[in-house]
Amino acid sequence: MDLKELYQDIILEHGKNPRNFGKCDKHTHQAKGHNPLCGDQVEIYLKLNAENKVEDLKFQGSGCAISIASTSIMTELVKGKSIEVSKDIINAFLNMIKYSKEMKCKDLDEDQKTKVMSLSGVKQYPMRVKCATLSWHTLSSAINEKKEDINTEVLD
Amino acid sequence: MNIENIKSQFPIFSKKINGKNLVYLDSSNSSQKPLSVINRLDEFYKNEFSNIGRSIHSLSVNATNKFEETRNSVKDFINANSKDEIIFTKNATESINLVASTFGKQNIEKGDEILITELEHHSNYVPWHYLRESKGAVIKFAPINENGDIIISEFEKLINSKTKIVAVTHLSNVTGTIVPVKEIIDIAHKKKIPVLIDGCQSAPHIKIDVKDLDCDFYAISCHKVYGPTGVGVLYGKKKWLEKLPPYIGGGGMISEVNKDKISYAPLPEKYEAGTMPTAEVVAFNESIKFMKSIGIENLVNHERELTNYALEKLKTINSVKIVGNPKNKAGVISFTIKGVHPHDIATILDEDGVAIRAGHHCCQILHQRLNLVATARASFGVYNTKEDIDILCKAIENCRKVFDLK
Repeated sequence: MDLKELYQDIILEHGKNPRNFGKCDKHTHQAKGHNPLCGDQVEIYLKLNAENKVEDLKFQGSGCAISIASTSIMTELVKGKSIEVSKDIINAFLNMIKYSKEMKCKDLDEDQKTKVMSLSGVKQYPMRVKCATLSWHTLSSAINEKKEDINTEVLD
Repeated sequence: MNIENIKSQFPIFSKKINGKNLVYLDSSNSSQKPLSVINRLDEFYKNEFSNIGRSIHSLSVNATNKFEETRNSVKDFINANSKDEIIFTKNATESINLVASTFGKQNIEKGDEILITELEHHSNYVPWHYLRESKGAVIKFAPINENGDIIISEFEKLINSKTKIVAVTHLSNVTGTIVPVKEIIDIAHKKKIPVLIDGCQSAPHIKIDVKDLDCDFYAISCHKVYGPTGVGVLYGKKKWLEKLPPYIGGGGMISEVNKDKISYAPLPEKYEAGTMPTAEVVAFNESIKFMKSIGIENLVNHERELTNYALEKLKTINSVKIVGNPKNKAGVISFTIKGVHPHDIATILDEDGVAIRAGHHCCQILHQRLNLVATARASFGVYNTKEDIDILCKAIENCRKVFDLK
């Protein structure tokens, strides 16, 4: 496996300059996640509007390039979507990271799919899969208003 | 000392990792095994296997003798007074848990203090935390300075009439600090406080003399000393091991069992309940022979030379920062690269066959103290060479290239 496939330019770029980094003004949902193996931490802030659409989505935390890029791309993809569509995108991502190269999701355009599929190389590095999925599980937890923090060691 | 000759005794170095020669820089985590140790396991299972201490048949007698030979070798290796002071455990973690649990049961009351340091591995903190939970004990942390050295004057100030035990590492698995444990033991003993030394990292790298140190307990992890997994050692002064209650109960650790009372076996069996990792203990004798064949002074000199070489080379690489600068440093170098997370460093280095560790190395207190989330760590064993360091540095340059660092 070529490192270039894992560390694609788009991942390095998002890792260095993450989008939507910070805290939303008046968030309606939030969740924390952490990976006890490496100490990575993420906090997700979500603001839903009256129509149950993601009006704003931001994150804070520290992590490796894979984890920061994955979170940054996630915020770009989910922002503006309805709750139901957001859940579909999360499921499609988790499915892609574990099983396939494709991002099977009707609610994303080709550019968005290409962007998120840059992360699919991670599955060649089993120890790094949790870096990519932590924030997605944490977003899911925020949407579902779960009280417990996400801990990658108790996820499959 | 001929390193190539030593390296050739380790079969793993003939394997390729990602198509490259293996540069193993994770010996603080666990060391690789020489062929003599691997062969001894194989031979014992093939020709000599029996459980020990229970049967009269020849195989069992031989296995028991071999098992006890290792105990004698360990006794000599660390210069203990008696083989009764050498207890085999599952690992050093269990050794420390054994002391925390039995000492705690007998000697810790609510409000009593346990003094450890900010350098400790979780295995020399969590077992004491159990006493905080169960007995209401208080845990104090002797502070370190920016270099990663324990501030002895502060350590001294933390000792008071409530302090019941001191537990401190001999060698930090993050900063490589060689802790002046003799000084610490002297200070504690003046106040009649016993001291446990976590010798996980020191046992493979520096000379250990428990008589000279006068420590009360010393924990060793055999898989870090070129030995098999599944074996640890607890050294304890006889007066303590005789006085403390047993730890795990079961077969082998009793003297007499009745419906209304049980008496316990004498040392060392008192602390060795159930079937022990027989083959592994027997094979560990080969690890000690291996260490002796090199000579501890040669080993120390070789690793010091490697460490100095690595520190000099790493300092010349832009954006690499070494964690800690202790007065006395062993072959453990933790570092960060500005702009690259340690996990990314580890993945990229692995592509070049360079095995390092990334994370908090089971030392979250220390990382919090140094304001670091994670670090990358290169740690040496007797088989490492200057060429390994050169390959490490090249791999770090590659890492900087991937991340386009200036």
